[in-house]
Amino acid sequence: MNGSSAVQSTVSFRDAQIEMAHGAGGKASRRLVEGLFAPLLYADRNAPLGDSGSVQIGDATVLITTDSFVVRPLTFPGGSIGDLAVNGTVNDLAVSGARAQAMVATFVLEEGLPTSILEQEVRAMARALDVAGVPLVGGDTKVVERGKADGMYVTTTGIGEPMPFVHLDPRSVRAGDKVLLSGPIGDHGITILLARNELDLEADLCSDTRCVLPLIETMVESAGPGIRWMRDPTRGGVATTLNELARDCGLAIALNEEEIPIRMEVRGACELLGLDPLHIANEGQFLAVVAPEYATAALNALHGVEGGEAAVLIGEVRTEPACAVVVTARYGGSRIVDMLVGDSLPRIC
Amino acid sequence: MQYVDEFRDPELIRKASDEIHRLADAGRHYRIMEVCGGHTHAIYRFGLKDLLPENIDLIHGPGCPVCVLPMGRIDDGLAVAKGEGMIFAAFGDMMRVPGTSGSPLEHKAKGTDVRIVYSPADALQLARKNPEKHVMFFAIGFETTAPSTALTLMRAKSEGIGNFSVFCNHVTIVPAIRAILDSPDMRLDGFIGPGHVSTVIGCRPYEWIARNERKPVVTSGFEPLDLLQSIVMLLRQLHAGEARVENQYKRVVAWEGNTAALKVMAQVFQLRPYFEWRGLGFISQSALKIREEFAEWDAEQRFPIPGTRVTDPKAAQCGEVLKGVLKPSQCKLFGKECTPEHPIGALMVSTEGSCAAYYSYEHRKSTAMVASIASVA
Amino acid sequence: MVLGQPHLGTVEVAGVRRKVDMGLLEDNMPVAGDWVLIHVGFAMTKISEEDAAEQMHLLHLLGETEQAVEEVRGYGLEAGNDVTHAQDASIQ
Repeated sequence: MNGSSAVQSTVSFRDAQIEMAHGAGGKASRRLVEGLFAPLLYADRNAPLGDSGSVQIGDATVLITTDSFVVRPLTFPGGSIGDLAVNGTVNDLAVSGARAQAMVATFVLEEGLPTSILEQEVRAMARALDVAGVPLVGGDTKVVERGKADGMYVTTTGIGEPMPFVHLDPRSVRAGDKVLLSGPIGDHGITILLARNELDLEADLCSDTRCVLPLIETMVESAGPGIRWMRDPTRGGVATTLNELARDCGLAIALNEEEIPIRMEVRGACELLGLDPLHIANEGQFLAVVAPEYATAALNALHGVEGGEAAVLIGEVRTEPACAVVVTARYGGSRIVDMLVGDSLPRIC
Repeated sequence: MQYVDEFRDPELIRKASDEIHRLADAGRHYRIMEVCGGHTHAIYRFGLKDLLPENIDLIHGPGCPVCVLPMGRIDDGLAVAKGEGMIFAAFGDMMRVPGTSGSPLEHKAKGTDVRIVYSPADALQLARKNPEKHVMFFAIGFETTAPSTALTLMRAKSEGIGNFSVFCNHVTIVPAIRAILDSPDMRLDGFIGPGHVSTVIGCRPYEWIARNERKPVVTSGFEPLDLLQSIVMLLRQLHAGEARVENQYKRVVAWEGNTAALKVMAQVFQLRPYFEWRGLGFISQSALKIREEFAEWDAEQRFPIPGTRVTDPKAAQCGEVLKGVLKPSQCKLFGKECTPEHPIGALMVSTEGSCAAYYSYEHRKSTAMVASIASVA
Repeated sequence: MVLGQPHLGTVEVAGVRRKVDMGLLEDNMPVAGDWVLIHVGFAMTKISEEDAAEQMHLLHLLGETEQAVEEVRGYGLEAGNDVTHAQDASIQ
């Protein structure tokens, strides 16, 4: 199929059936991707699996990424599936160091979906595309029987132009590098959970969904050469994203608990439900690993831009414990934070 | 957050840690058991072991209701849930616990209607909202949770909600502690007593430990300062050669417990003559059964229960870890065949299980500790 | 209280509001402003502000007795030099 018959396609994924956990963004998802999809589909076996893929077309390098959006409820405080669908893909490209240039979208609609709702979502997408400055150049629609699609599922695929002077690779991460977080975590996941009204819980929270491209462009302008790696902590939260980095670079990510910004209401909801904010999905934040000599410049650049005021350095890279994420509390006690194992909050994004 | 942040004050934590270091007799090795799963979780979550001297060993006890539930009971519950029009409702903790033919979540993937609830009241609400289905609440927990299940059953009865039942696996904490103390391999100096169970049963039920076994018991809260203060109180008693029950968690635990909660429990439940505990075997008078007056809401009366009995895989040493005889890392399967992703035993699945806590928070830290000590030298 | 369901009350933690069953506190119903301990959607006990304050006080005192003793030793007042202090020491 891909011409390289010498490639061994050994499927190491042993689970007998697919479960919700396989879509949760944590360990099970990773097992599925690494054990089934990658051996059979990925051409470059040695490159770490990132959000985006790089393609050479003639002289140009293009980045391409895709994401599907499966959310219940469709609308929630702060946004809707339409916002997530556009911002999610533009952000994926941005954290891969690329400016989104065009997008296509596919819609899987459930029989019985009120047109008014569909129109609302399409309008939301149009607005988000306008804010991001990205044109939609194509799309597809399918309809499935009642009961088969939670209203609607949206998939967006975007292509982007790499930003100059940015070279992102987890293998370039070094001990001493700083870890930067763009803002408070947990808002999106908890908002969705509360919006389901299954739990008698109420709080003034809204999803943090937004396009982070302008923030990343600003940061790149001041600190481009020093940025080693970026990612948006969506499903599985900051803990999962940083654990993936730790595994990919073979080093330790050490975080200071008191530096991690978490809104009071997110803390409260997590305490009440026994959840860890580090495992909750975000839709408008990003993490960056920056060389120490560029860290202050990166931070200052963000602080000077609307939406970047809350950016903060939350930790640093160390050699030990290898491939792990450690969080240290103010009083000195520390704990290892692992990737999300199960799926505590299904259909978050 | 009030009543939380103050008990995480770094200055006070340092003071408490210093006091513990000062009190701990260098020539002595202290073995203190924390019974309650919530305490196990808190100790790891707050990295409290980093704040204690080397000669204090915290041994994890069997107070994790998921961990002590025999696999056969999960099989039985899932067998009932497979029936037409059934909804299986349970706390999140139960969802990934393996039965012989899979965990509740795995059954969900195969078509069984499995729902996570955060309260027995949620399960009753599911019944109200789904009149054409039957909701079976798979109840687990010690005396902390039992009153809530009891009250829910009372409400179901008074409202005449016929499509609701409870599969009751509630157990009581004192027989578990007795089983630990009766175990010949156990040497313990004192106990960090259960926190939330004590809000219901009070502190009196632990007096026999101090009186007959001559071991101090300090019922403790769950914040870092609570646990550290409790250890200070235990060390002071041990120094003075005392053995008393003390209540560190006064702001929440009354010596007499919660009379209303105890009353409600007595109205709805009675003690089973005996019950099987995973890892500890059969213990008499250690579990709750729903009374005859509530038979209509007792899943064991309404549905045929297979009565499955499953023996744990020989290699899994859940029982010894549960009793505190072995540390999680000493079980042959730990970290290899048995991980949070592929749990063999319940101690690896439950968030309060010592194996899961140790695996998630601790075992890869050992490299870090060695490295940082080396660099100071 | 929630209308129609008198056993339910609303509690708030860090800006998050939740309906909680107060049935287990019937003997000692909390009023607005009281703090309660919640477990699986049920209020288990009222939190005693007094006991919490007393506990914080004890925590602040930790190590202070020792500090006070060391201070006294620092003055070089050993048994024999000052009779009063020696008596205090034996009372301890």
